[in-house]
Amino acid sequence: MTLIATQSLTKTYGGRVTALTDLTVAVEPGIIGLVGANGAGKSTLIKILLGLIAPTSGQVSVLGIDPTADPTAVRARVGYMPEHDCLPPDLSAAELVTHLGRMSGLPRTAARERASEALRHVGLYEERYRPVGGYSTGMKQRVKLAQALVHDPDLLLLDEPTNGLDPAGRDAMLALVHRIGTEFGISVLVCSHLLGEVERICDTLVAIDGGRLLRADHISAMTSATDVLAVEVSEGTEELAARLAALDLPVARDGRLLLVPLADDGTYDLILGAVAELDLPLHRLDQRRHRVAELFATRELTHA
Amino acid sequence: MPEPSTAAVRSAPTGVIHDIGYQRYKGTRLGRRHVFGALYLHGLRTTFGFGRSVKAKIFPWLVVGIVTLVAVALAAVRSQIGEPVATYAQFADAMSWLVIFFVAVAAPELVSRDLRSGVLPLYFSRPLPRTDYALAKLLALVTALWLLLGGPQLVMFLGAAFTTKEGMGGVWNELLDLLPGLLYAGLWAVVFASIGLLVASLTGKRAFAAGGVVAVFLMTTPIVGVLSILPSRTANELAGLASPSTLVQGVGIWSLGDLLVEGDPGEMTIGGFGPVYALAAVLLVAGATALLLARYRKVAS
Repeated sequence: MTLIATQSLTKTYGGRVTALTDLTVAVEPGIIGLVGANGAGKSTLIKILLGLIAPTSGQVSVLGIDPTADPTAVRARVGYMPEHDCLPPDLSAAELVTHLGRMSGLPRTAARERASEALRHVGLYEERYRPVGGYSTGMKQRVKLAQALVHDPDLLLLDEPTNGLDPAGRDAMLALVHRIGTEFGISVLVCSHLLGEVERICDTLVAIDGGRLLRADHISAMTSATDVLAVEVSEGTEELAARLAALDLPVARDGRLLLVPLADDGTYDLILGAVAELDLPLHRLDQRRHRVAELFATRELTHA
Repeated sequence: MPEPSTAAVRSAPTGVIHDIGYQRYKGTRLGRRHVFGALYLHGLRTTFGFGRSVKAKIFPWLVVGIVTLVAVALAAVRSQIGEPVATYAQFADAMSWLVIFFVAVAAPELVSRDLRSGVLPLYFSRPLPRTDYALAKLLALVTALWLLLGGPQLVMFLGAAFTTKEGMGGVWNELLDLLPGLLYAGLWAVVFASIGLLVASLTGKRAFAAGGVVAVFLMTTPIVGVLSILPSRTANELAGLASPSTLVQGVGIWSLGDLLVEGDPGEMTIGGFGPVYALAAVLLVAGATALLLARYRKVAS
């Protein structure tokens, strides 16, 4: 079954600002990373998926349901974690999540039970009885995640779940999202502007930029295509480039850097051998971190 | 609290979590009517500060205390001198200032708090329709105001019923006096709740919302004053339309007659414009409710 499918989805605000342009994408259940720079249209897409805003044109389906036609049915099966602060400071996490569980149609006792379950799963224990106003950013993000989980959805839409967290908090949140996607049997759509972050946990990656689809692919296909070694030598860059080209390695120049696609571990040996033979001072040799810009660049390259 | 240590401590008993595992929910999921009811009850509790901090309980219960005390005093005096000091409707009129202050606190508590904390996306991403949210809050405030006025009226009734010297007939007569009084309290509740909630829903700042509610109810009173001393009789008789409080009183004078103005008819005259007052009240409530719903169609999307 297709989890989310869009067909030529376009959204313009007030006829001027274009948030999404002709977006066509289909993804299977699992953990999906939705990557794009700020303002790329990630939040707009999520709001359309929830039926909160109507697309200007195009079709969309979530869990096989059209959110523009039957938003209630979609929202009953989807959990949403907004990007911004959305927690009343004077309520305790337990009260808030219980209340929101009831708003999703859970009976009173079931709401209370599932609220404490959800809070336990995100790692909040005794502190759930204290007012949310006194929580750290990390704990607040966990409460936001718990309220999205309380009614046992089939799909979670997480808008920048690692926003404002320190590195350890980010890792914990990503591990949690990964566990929800793998152990809980709930599909997850994670929004982020950091590709390096979501690529660690997701099966499928959807990259958008300026409201357009850059790529949508299985993560393995995407990383094998984009893994690149960056080589920098203090001098003799030209000689090294020639030598590597002679070794049948497709070398590209990027300023002072030489970029070599990483085929396997042998690529390292070939490069190091070439540098040693030419007796060049190696400045650095590392695997490039992916950024959204690179996905964009790759696409340009393949289409050129 | 430093996040790394929390994460470290929390991830330690992972084995325990894994053993219990995540349970899918197989139980019933209630429909729209139940969700509406849950939100309505939650709102009603909120207006009286239940499930909220002690600070949030002080003002509502101060008002409840005052109106109850007045009702008890009226019932006590009546049992001594043997005749009613004030009718049920007159009691509602006399308490209108307290009702205004109660609305000024309760309405922002119901809607401004949610606007301020940004919690609305969490509601609207759930099956609950936006109109249900607004209507449940409105109904909760109407109920709260009606209880605020109707409760003490019931106290007065009980006082009168137990001290009557005319037996069951006296109790029956008293009940016939109480019922119009409760309806009149309902009119106060509907008019004040719809306007108060609309004003409060415009801002997330509770102080502004409270000020706005009081301003709308009190600033219109001088207009009535000016209109009622104009040399035109028609202007005098229609003056009450300019302010919600006098509008409600006008409807009361028209529909209840001597139950309300017994003794001092000179204070406010509406002439033959009773139906105009009734129509104006209906339009005011309908208009305020429509604007409230329109407001919630737009907000937080």
